[in-house]
This record gives sequence, structure tokens and C-alpha cells, in this order.
Amino acid sequence: MLKAILARFRQGHRTIKYPDAPQPLPPRFRGLPLLDASRCDAGCRACAAACPYGAISESGPLKLDMGMCLFCGECTAVCQHNAISFTQDARLASRTRDALTVAAAEEYRPAKALEGKLLRLFGRSLKLREVSAGGCNACEADTNVLSTIGWDLGRFGIQFVASPRHADGMFVTGPVSENMRLALLDTYVAIPEPKLVIVAGACAINGGPFKDHSEVHNGADGVVPVDLYIPGCPPSPLTILDGLLRLVGRIQD
Amino acid sequence: MSFGMKAFYNSTSFLRSEIPLQSNDAFFQGMQDSISAGWRVCSYFGIPAEEGATLYCVMSSRGGSGILGIASTEVSRSFQSLAARCPQLDMFEREIAEQCLIRPEGHPWFKPVRFQKPLGPGTGFWSETDGAGLLPAVTDFYQVEGDEIHEVAVGPVHAGIIEPGHFRFQCHGEEVFHLEIAHGFQHRGIERAMIGTPTPRTMHMMETIAGDTTVGHGQAYCMNMEALARIYTSPRAETVRGMALELERLANHIGDLGAIAGDVGYLPTASFCGRIRGDFLNMTALLCGSRFGRGLLRPGGVGYDCDAAIVEEMGKRLQNGRKEVTQAVELLWSTPSVMARLEETGTVSEADAREIGLVGPAARASGLNRDIRRDHPFGIFRMSQIPVITCTGCDVYARTMARWLEVERSLDFLDEQIRHLPRGGFRAEMKTLAADRCAVALTEGWRGEICHVALTDERGDFERYKIVDPSFHNWSGLALALRNQQISDFPLCNKSFNLSYCGFDL
Repeated sequence: MLKAILARFRQGHRTIKYPDAPQPLPPRFRGLPLLDASRCDAGCRACAAACPYGAISESGPLKLDMGMCLFCGECTAVCQHNAISFTQDARLASRTRDALTVAAAEEYRPAKALEGKLLRLFGRSLKLREVSAGGCNACEADTNVLSTIGWDLGRFGIQFVASPRHADGMFVTGPVSENMRLALLDTYVAIPEPKLVIVAGACAINGGPFKDHSEVHNGADGVVPVDLYIPGCPPSPLTILDGLLRLVGRIQD
Repeated sequence: MSFGMKAFYNSTSFLRSEIPLQSNDAFFQGMQDSISAGWRVCSYFGIPAEEGATLYCVMSSRGGSGILGIASTEVSRSFQSLAARCPQLDMFEREIAEQCLIRPEGHPWFKPVRFQKPLGPGTGFWSETDGAGLLPAVTDFYQVEGDEIHEVAVGPVHAGIIEPGHFRFQCHGEEVFHLEIAHGFQHRGIERAMIGTPTPRTMHMMETIAGDTTVGHGQAYCMNMEALARIYTSPRAETVRGMALELERLANHIGDLGAIAGDVGYLPTASFCGRIRGDFLNMTALLCGSRFGRGLLRPGGVGYDCDAAIVEEMGKRLQNGRKEVTQAVELLWSTPSVMARLEETGTVSEADAREIGLVGPAARASGLNRDIRRDHPFGIFRMSQIPVITCTGCDVYARTMARWLEVERSLDFLDEQIRHLPRGGFRAEMKTLAADRCAVALTEGWRGEICHVALTDERGDFERYKIVDPSFHNWSGLALALRNQQISDFPLCNKSFNLSYCGFDL
């Protein structure tokens, strides 16, 4: 017992300060893409050709769809002019699928809070049921981490619960394998109205590395209505936390 | 003595014509003889043909020699099942049936493995389930009958944030007589998508076979690509890969030690380890920006060099991490209420472990002395060995202790590597893959042996790319561990294995 108390004392208080203070990220972290079309050679779209998922526009204005992006950095490796880079900004979540596209010379606006009745209902208490539908356990692991003492999601009134009946919404990871489609829909139906759907990770948004396999549904979009998109492969826990806090109105820019 | 198989070493490639094409009798007799002599099946798979399939078996010798063996045979619509005599073949034979539409005659428990589409055209033995009407786990389960026997069904969606799978318990009161596990919910069609590749997407798919084993599977894929392209990876890149592999092991083992503590209701270690696991994931992120090592391993080397600043920072974090995790985990061994829950729970005897072909820490906790890093060394482990640990308790305590001892060994390895990072380049240019060749790569992921087999066609594309995740060998171990246990011990037993669903379902 004394050993446990001593260990507790030595380990100290280790919950991060976010959102009250910024959370440092590793120097090589790949966050919000920064596009600078003025650096591009005319007609050059080596970046678009290098992206195996078609996340970068092949013609017209330079755009990058974060819903398709795995943040692998292949595009930055082929660009001779530093027209594409990934910043340290982890605030990536969006309320709509279209808004996940970043364009050159346009500021990216992360997700806005829920409105009206939904914000009143869920702003101070949001219970989520997680469904992994073909997820590789990376999105799942970095969601799980939010419940550890390092992140302490509970302090915001947000909690992952063990039954859809106890939940206000569904949190989906994975490309929605055909073999999980039914279980996903059953879970959705079992959540009482009104309910939210949050999708996390490139798979759940668009199929990720498994896009267009006949065994998957290219994400939850189209299978169930989605209220919040959290991009990344996997999204950093900070991206997930930031997205959730914006949804419930705890962070407003 | 290699029982008529072609003998070769890990991480090499050879012409497909060198793989012996044996008669059915010689092939199946050879498998039985070699298994009796202590060889172990790493991979057993088929390539569908017009009428039937060609079967390939990759086996590992009994340790010491580092020799692997491969043989093949052509079969028509059915083949001889050996699963009743060699239980380690159970899942492999069912998988072959499902993928190649050929029947293992005499299989004792003939059921689908993943409820997946076959690799080629046609409908399978479970026609209602391997087409449009695919319904995983909708099948017969082994049932115990009698007074006061009841059945408990759990899943696919579980209580926590974890992947889906279905568990069917046959219970007498609180006691579990039998557990059967149904898989397939996570099936993403990876092996089918690998036919005719590689493409630029392939590396990402390899990194997400099991996302918590990004480095383990990534390493196996890179080894195959390099063997087929006949390029060499610099010692510097090999060292960084080895460091990443051990960081992956550390993060997962530490997370599991915390989760095991949580499952017996001992919160101090659960809380501390939950956070410390993140510190180790962040060390991987220091190398490449991703906590799971995405983008770090690339055919030819590594995507990011490890510079002096990283080495220095890593050294500091390792020192601190070791101190904190030691303090957190040692609480377990001095807390009687924890030890009482771990000891003699979820036992898998050494004989059973050997028969079902367990791998990784689960095997080593049942006294089996097997570790690919030593038995079939690859990459940096050819130069720098990590001592293999074994425990003899065969229970949850042994699996917990095995994890902890491995944590200590991996920390020692990392301390040594960051002090001796070789100079030189970190990425060699990739070349085209050689045609008509076979490459086999084995790595020791944190859950155990990972085996990737690549067979290229006349253009140098993959005609077949077979992946075996350690979970494919080990799920049967969890089922056995539950025999005659209280059903309430399931979470604890499950966590002591912590197997991958998506790695199994691919």
C-alpha cells in the first residue's frame, strides 16, 4: 500500500492542459496541409500524381481533400518547390465532408459547435458508443487513449459507454467492412433519438487504404448520416479531442 | 534433413522453379513427418487454379539452424486434411477451403474462417454465406448439452473501444466448458487486393494489416520487396527499423500490462501504464511524426533519418520511461490481491501450446523457446541479439511476466542501439521486382511471428501475397485458456493475449 502511495506521488499529475494551453507535438508531426500554389510550376501536378488516393486536385486550383489523405507525405517528397507541406496544426475536424478540402490561400476553418437543441442536450454531457467496422486498431487505440489520465476526456463530460442504449451518438472507425455493416446499422438504430454520428480516420471517412475494395463500403459516409468528420491515419488523439470539444462548443475560435 | 522441402533462410528470395512440386502423398506425409520431428508451420496457403489449387507450405525448423523449408503440391477439388493429427493446421486448412474452394477431406470442424469472398471466381462450400448474403458468425457452433448448461454469446460489438469479434461460451453456471470464437467482421480483402500488385498503395495497406503492428508487418513487407528487387538496406536503416520494432513492442506490452492491471481492478498500474504507453508511442512519433510508425518503413530503408537531436532526445526519454514503467509495473508483483488473480488463471499447457502452434509471448509464457529475432534473425537482429525469455507458469501471470521481461530486454536493446547508430544512407533506391521468384520474410512482432510470402509472376507482379499475423496462430490459445475457467475471467485472459482481430481477418 505504501509503495502504491509512493508511486502515485512520484508519477505526479500528468493530465495535459489542452485546450487551455497548446499541446506540443513531435517536430515531424504531419497536421493541417499548407498549400502555396504560387510556388508551383505551370502545369505541374507531380503531387497529385504521387497521391495514390487522388486526394489532390489534378487540375484547376490546388486543393487537397483531407478526407482522402493518409498524411503519408508522398506529395511533399515529390514536390520540388515546397508548395505542399504539413503543418503542426492538429485542428482538422469538420462538420461537413466538403469542408475537409483545403485550398491554397484559403484559411481552414475547423468544425463549428452543434446548434440549438442539440447543443443544449449534448454540450455538457455527451456519451458515445464506439463501433470499429474494419478499423486496424490504430484509430481505436488513439481514441482509447483519451480516456487515460494523460487526456482525461471525462473532465469535459464526454465518455465512451458500453451500450448503444446509454449513448447519445456513435463513433465510427474503419472503412465499414461488408461483414460489419449490419452490426453498425443495428447499433445506430439502437441509439435513442436525437443522435449524432462521428467518424474518425481516413477509413471511416472514405475507405482509407482499402478504398474501393469490394469487401468495404468506403467509410460510414453514405451508410449513416455523419455529423463530425475527424481526418487522419490515424488522427492524433489531439485531433480527436479538439474535434469533440469543438462539436460540444468547448472550443470556439 | 528437410523432408524433401527446399531449405532456405529468412528474408531471401529464390526462383519459384526451385520450390519442389511434390506428389500429394509425399507432400502430406512430409508435413506430418516434419511436424512430428519438431518443425512448425509458418504459412500454408493455396493459389486457385482452373480445377483445384496449388498448395504451398512454409515451415520453420526446430531452432538453432535458422533453416526454413518450402514445398508445394497440386490438388484438385479436395485435399487431405491433417488438422485432426496436427491441430496447428486447423485454421490454415479452413482458410484454404474458403479462399481456393477446395475441400479438406476429413477436417474435424469444417467451417468458414472469415466469411470472405474466394480469391478466384466461383462459389464456395457455404454458398449462402460467401456471396452477397455474407453473414459472419451465422453458422453452427460447438454446443454442450445437459442440465443447467447455458450458452453465452458476446459480440461482434464489444463494451470498450475495441475491434469486433464474436465469442460463444458453453457454460455450466459460472464455469466455461468451451469457448468458440467466430471471426471475419474485420475482413477488408487485403490478400485479394494484393494480386497483381505492388502499387503505391500497397505499403499503406501493409501498415494497416494490424495498425498496432505497423512496424512488424511493414518490416516483413520491406524485406520481401528488397529480396525480390535484390537491393540491400543500409545498416543505419536496419538499426532504425529495429528500434521502431522494439518501440512498438514496448508501447503495446506496457499498454497491456496496464490493461491487465485494470482487468483485476488494480488502478494504480492501470492508470500509470495507460499514460506511459503514450510516452513510448510518442518516441516512435519522434522518429517519423506518427505514433504508430506510419511512413517510417519504406522498401529500401526508412522514410526518415534519425538525426543527432532525435538520438539525444530519445536517450533522455528512454531513461525516464524505464524509471517510470519499472515503478508502475513492480507494484503488481508486490500486491497479493493482484497476484492471486493472475496466478493459475487461463492456463495453456506447454503440450497444448506446441500442438496448436502458439507464437510470441503467449508461446514463451507456456515454456516454448521460440522467437524469430533469434531463430531466424533478420535486419539488425543478425548483428545485435535480444535474449529470449521464457516462463513456465503457462497462466495469465506467466504471460504478464513474459511481457514485462520483454519490456526490460527491449529497453536494453534500445539503449545500446542509440549509442551505436551506424553512419551511412538511410534509404536505397527501389528497383523493379524480379519475375517468377518467391520471397519469404518472418519478423517477430510484439504479438509474435509474422510471416509474409510473396510469389511473383512472369512480369514481376505478385501472383499471390500471403500474410500470416501472429493472431492467426494464437486465437485458439485463448479459447483453450478459458477451459474450466470462470466466465468472469474472460476479460483478463483475453487481455493477457491481446490478439488482433483485423490481423486475423485481413
